[in-house]
Order: sequence, then C-alpha cells, then structure tokens
Amino acid sequence: MGAIFDNFGSGVIPLEGYIFVSLIMFFAGIYGFLSRKSLLMILISIEMILNSADINFAAFNRYLYPDQMEGFFFALFTIAISACETAVAIAIVINIYRNLNNVEVDSLHELQEPEPSETKVDL
Amino acid sequence: MMIKEIIFYILALVITVFSIMAVSSRRLIRSATYLLFVLLATAGLYLLLDYHYLFAVQIAVYAGGIMVLFIFAILLTQKPGKNITPEPLFQRVMAILLSGTGLIFCGVIIYKNVSKVYHYVESAEIPVKEIGTTLMGTGKYEYILPFEAISIMLLACIVGAIMIARKR
Repeated sequence: MGAIFDNFGSGVIPLEGYIFVSLIMFFAGIYGFLSRKSLLMILISIEMILNSADINFAAFNRYLYPDQMEGFFFALFTIAISACETAVAIAIVINIYRNLNNVEVDSLHELQEPEPSETKVDL
Repeated sequence: MMIKEIIFYILALVITVFSIMAVSSRRLIRSATYLLFVLLATAGLYLLLDYHYLFAVQIAVYAGGIMVLFIFAILLTQKPGKNITPEPLFQRVMAILLSGTGLIFCGVIIYKNVSKVYHYVESAEIPVKEIGTTLMGTGKYEYILPFEAISIMLLACIVGAIMIARKR
C-alpha cells in the first residue's frame, strides 16, 4: 500500500505516480465538461480526458508488460483518432458560429428545424 | 537515478496545476495555452517512460496540430479580449461535487490496490525498426488493419470537415 510514499526519494517512480497524474487530469476534464458552457471549452476538456487515458495506456504497458507493445499502439491510435475528432468538431463549431453568432451550448436548440405542424400552417 | 524522480515530480506538478487552470480560466485563449502546457508535460512523461516515438507523435500531433486548430477556432469565434460569461454557481458546485467524488473514489482504490500488481523493470528504448515492422505486419500482435482503418478514417475526417465548414 502506498508505494508512492514508500519510494519517495529512492530514485524509482512507482506506477501509482503516473496513474495519479492521469487521474487528476481526467477529473479536471470531467469538471470542465460538466461545468463550462462554451463548446470550445467542452472540446478542450475532452482532449484532456483522452490525453489522460493515453498516459494510462503507456504507463501500464511499460510497467506490467514491457516486452509487448499493445498499450503503446493503443496510445498511438488514440492520438490519431482524437486529432480526427477535433478537426470535425471544430468544423461543426465554426458552422454553428456562422449560423448563431455564438458557440454557447444553451443556444444550440435554435438550430433545430421548425416543427412539421408549424410549417403546414405557413403553407 | 534521483534526477528522473525529480523530473517526474516537476512534470506531475505542472500537469496538475495547469489542467485545473485550463478548465477554470475565464478566457478561452488562456485555457488553450494552459492545455498546451499540459500536453507538453504529458510528452515529457512519455519521454520518462522511454517511449520516444510516442513523445514525438504527441508533440507533432497534439502540441502542433490540434493546438493550432484550437487557436484558430478561438480566434474565429471569440471577440478579442472579452471574458466569457461565468456559468451559474449551482452548475459549478454540482460539477465540483461530481468530479471530486469520482476523484476520491478512484484515488482510494488506486492507493490501496495498484502497488500489488507490478514490479520495476529496467527500461530501454523500443527501436524504431521494431515499431515499423509491428505497425505494418500482418501477423499476430501486428497492426496493419488498424493502421489502414485509421488512414480511411483520416480521409473521411478531411472530407467531412471540409463539407461541414465550407460556405454554401
């Protein structure tokens, strides 16, 4: 129990060190995702969550299975996928800004199509 | 080696401080800058784990590509120098409660359990030749299929982003 305190100053970095760092980053991302209203802030939070998962993959691979490379490639592919996700999401954000002139989550419902019954009235 | 541990604790401090500042800053451009520091410190952690290739990918893709995208998006959608309006207090308190509960829950589990299941290893850098043959091989534990899937996904991502963002 508590290798992070037992090994303090002895020169080895315990696995818990990496996991605690990624834990703090993950829950900072969760906090930002739940509390912020700007779409760009939500995207930044998602990036932090994905990045903390990458640290876990790399650290577990190095400490538990140093002869294999599964965690390494998982982290590699996760980075590529998060790059894709960010590019598409930012395109959507820019499109929303063009239509609504802001990027707040609360105003997104204005993008909806009007109800079919209302359009019938217009005809 | 003591120096590795000192570097690790500096990086851990940087990640902790800047990740909390990134999600709580009032200005978007500052949040993006703090996120850049977090990503660079993460690259430093990969360097400590001797994953030099992952370090290079992290710097090039995250700190290079994604950050440029973020900064362009912020500059395109935000009035310069304007703070974003603060969220309601109830929402922030609920978010702090939820994430704090999760942090304590997972932290206790990790603190009590993780040190049972591993031992320290003498680390050495993975040769890039081995990474290349593993990435392009078709055998067991080799990754040609996800590699090709990623290439198709990048193509779809380019086409989709252009389709969504272009002017009509």
